[in-house]
Amino acid sequence: MNGRLPWFAISMLVLGYLFLYSPILSLIFYSFNESRLVTVWGGFSTKWYGALMQNDALLSGAWLSVQIAFLTACVAVVLGTLAAFALIRFGNFRGRTLFAGMVTAPLVMPEVITGLSLLLLFVAMEAVLGGPGRGMMTIVIAHATFATAYVTVVVQSRLGQLDMSLEEAAMDLGARPFKVVRVIILPLIWPAMLAGWLLAFTLSFDDLVIATFTSGPGAKTLPMEVFSSVRMGVSPQINALATIFIVVVTTMVVIANQVAFRRRA
Amino acid sequence: MAVGSGGLQDKPWTDPKAQPFIRIEGVSKHFGDVAAVNGVDLNIYRGEFFALLGASGCGKTTLLRMLAGFETPSAGKIFIDGVDMADIPPYRRPVNMMFQSYALFPHMTVGQNVAFGLQQDGVGKAEIAERVAEMLDLVQIRALAKRKPDQLSGGQRQRVALARALVKRPKLVLLDEPLGALDRKLREQTQFELVNIQEKLGMTFVIVTHDQEEAMTMASRVCVMNAGMVEQVGAPAEVYEYPNSRFVADFIGTANLFDGVVTEVSSDQTRVASPDLGGDIVIGGGGAVAKGATVRVMVRPEKIQVMPDGSPDPGFNSAEGIVREIAYLGDVSVYHVELMSGKRVQFTRANLLHTADAPLTWDDRVRFQWHPANGILLVI
Amino acid sequence: MRSPAKSFSAVVRRLNQPGAAGRLTALAIPYGWLALFFLLPLLIVVKISLSESVMGIPPYEPILRFAEDAKVQIHLTFSNFGLLLRDNLYVVAYLNSVKIAAISTLISVVIGYSMAYGIARSPLRWRYLLLMLIIIPFWTSFLIRIYAMIGFLKDNGLINNVLMALGVIDQPIAIMYTPTAVYIGIIYSYLPFMVLPIYAALERMDPSLLEAAGDLGAKPWKAFLRVTLPLSMPGVVAGSLLVFIPAVGEFVIPELLGGLGSPMIGKVLWAEFFSNRDWPVASAVAVAMLALLVVPVMMFDRFASRYFRGRS
Repeated sequence: MNGRLPWFAISMLVLGYLFLYSPILSLIFYSFNESRLVTVWGGFSTKWYGALMQNDALLSGAWLSVQIAFLTACVAVVLGTLAAFALIRFGNFRGRTLFAGMVTAPLVMPEVITGLSLLLLFVAMEAVLGGPGRGMMTIVIAHATFATAYVTVVVQSRLGQLDMSLEEAAMDLGARPFKVVRVIILPLIWPAMLAGWLLAFTLSFDDLVIATFTSGPGAKTLPMEVFSSVRMGVSPQINALATIFIVVVTTMVVIANQVAFRRRA
Repeated sequence: MAVGSGGLQDKPWTDPKAQPFIRIEGVSKHFGDVAAVNGVDLNIYRGEFFALLGASGCGKTTLLRMLAGFETPSAGKIFIDGVDMADIPPYRRPVNMMFQSYALFPHMTVGQNVAFGLQQDGVGKAEIAERVAEMLDLVQIRALAKRKPDQLSGGQRQRVALARALVKRPKLVLLDEPLGALDRKLREQTQFELVNIQEKLGMTFVIVTHDQEEAMTMASRVCVMNAGMVEQVGAPAEVYEYPNSRFVADFIGTANLFDGVVTEVSSDQTRVASPDLGGDIVIGGGGAVAKGATVRVMVRPEKIQVMPDGSPDPGFNSAEGIVREIAYLGDVSVYHVELMSGKRVQFTRANLLHTADAPLTWDDRVRFQWHPANGILLVI
Repeated sequence: MRSPAKSFSAVVRRLNQPGAAGRLTALAIPYGWLALFFLLPLLIVVKISLSESVMGIPPYEPILRFAEDAKVQIHLTFSNFGLLLRDNLYVVAYLNSVKIAAISTLISVVIGYSMAYGIARSPLRWRYLLLMLIIIPFWTSFLIRIYAMIGFLKDNGLINNVLMALGVIDQPIAIMYTPTAVYIGIIYSYLPFMVLPIYAALERMDPSLLEAAGDLGAKPWKAFLRVTLPLSMPGVVAGSLLVFIPAVGEFVIPELLGGLGSPMIGKVLWAEFFSNRDWPVASAVAVAMLALLVVPVMMFDRFASRYFRGRS
């Protein structure tokens, strides 16, 4: 679409981006504040970044979150790719409606419900099976369950664009089904799988509510640490942490977009 | 203009002792409640260029996909070279297919695409290189071997797809609308090329097309399909000149149809009283129908001649009408003439003179005629 | 009727199709996972919402119990749901959540549509940057963005400082810990989920449709109402569901930005579970929330399965 932008659209764009970015920019600005008071400027300083590096609770929370996010992303990519495959390629199998529902519902399911229901499952499993003990693994299972939905969506839309006759052509030329997957389908959908992996990683790394429900004693993820610290009040260390996080995410998004853009061009 | 039957002067389908290469026996395919293919029996012989012709949704592609092994018949059997294909998956069939979308692997170069099938068979590297080069030469795209599919034109992609389907020297090559994506000029050129390649390699080709001209040009035999069933199988000229049903008559070429009732049957001719024409129609040959039967007579437009002086030759069928429409096609013109009965008749005339001098124009009254041998009797 | 032998042979034939075993595994793994970790937990929630609360671990009565004569006894109670209806707290929280989610969704549609429209109509070289600026918050931590909102809204935060510096106000306005803060927080957090689907719908639109409308005599605003708007409705619906459904169950935003004045159901569930340790009531709250969301969630499912299937 082209043509002149109406003034209304321009002003909404300006206001919208101002709304989206001014809180973040002010947060970054005050992370370099000398003063402990987050909103009073006391001169430039990086001391809160130093303090952050000494904060063992946040650091160990971050490490735990990275591990959980990594495992979650790997599990979710496998499950999500398989699910996308089933939905796109297996036609109308029995139980498809239920399956499709189970795949997409976690996308919108309120986190408190997902968290509560999984915790109740884990408690019941402990009662019946004696495990798994609550902690890192249960968080991974919980995160993988909802992250799978996101991976499925991403991979599904890529698979849907693929010409089905590519697979038939490969098979027609003598490739067995497993080989078709390996040499034709995977090379064509890996960018989508990578995008799904990153999405799953981010979602897991970011999650507070589900982790709080499904975690056990001793397993405190970074968002859980941040949450309890924010509940105590605003702290410049959190500003520093947030700034690091935003810079990392922005860099990754820019790189990913550049790569995607160049591939298309 | 059938150029395709060159390698098959002996016409094996006329020889009752000849062994068919492909036997399709009572094959049906249902998708839910819909019968895409319904009780098809076909024999296809070695070295044939066999065309499955029909409108979209007639089941021709489904039949082709069953030959390739992508669909399993709901009923019936398919034999290729005497082997029952029921339990043989696509990757073990001696069959290669050229897809309508070409289905070129976008992440591989032209050379890799063509080599793919040979790699699956574990052919040695040196041999693969040699056979790929040979095949790319055959379809005249060797210079493009290093390119990716998205750097090719439509015509070039079509050649890659063809090379990929031929390189394994399959017993049977299936082509699904292979020329559908090309523009008209290129399509006509490629039709002859395909036939030449097929004759050179001596493989059996089965092609699916909705374009009757394409089928007529290339095929040794044409199978006209409608609603999942075979309407007629025969050499192009046979199907055109002697259609066995109204559907085939209409689908292949243009047909003038006159309804009527048989009034007289003798050993050498049949007489039909046709209110459509406003008189009797005589058809050469007889015996096929009984007196009193309701029939339809088919006459091709190019078989009808205009009598400028208004008096028909003795023994010819004739009628009079008014020219209502003229379509000028360059080489020929098509005339629509309205009869007394309101029925419209189409005929063509070669434009021997410049059109400015054309003797026939709108609202002219004309008398036309055709020889009894050129009328075909269709039973309703 | 099919004979058992016939259907058995049909199964065998199916399994003999190329890759059938692989297909079966490919389907069974995610199917099994989701049945175990998505469907079963929801059923357990329903079950526990119907059992009685007791002190202990786990703090609820089992519904099924084997009595001495080996018969299964079923203990069902609807008392938890009765409590939800009787106690004003739950009803108020429930209605309040719907109200907040609905109003936030509406405001998000207005802002989100204008932004998506602006992006879709902007020159190509700008569009890329504008779109990325929508995507970055989408990937940035939700919690951090809420935290940023605290610094933005509080009494000595950015908004109040700017307004006071401009002389618009001389006393800070109290936004934090009010329902307004919750609205702002929800819109702020979920706006990208609204902009992106609408943008996708607008971008897919064939520009010649507008030219055709203009050619047929429609003024630009009329062409917008009759052509652009209806064609972008799928994006609006998707965006609205993506905002409304999670907003109803939101916990973090009302917890950190809202005050006591505007309870939301997600917060109530959290409190029942973590503070009161009343699992059956927490489950009953969850079931009530699910009942509210069943229609929108199913709408979303329908929509998603059509939308994400792509054009194969």
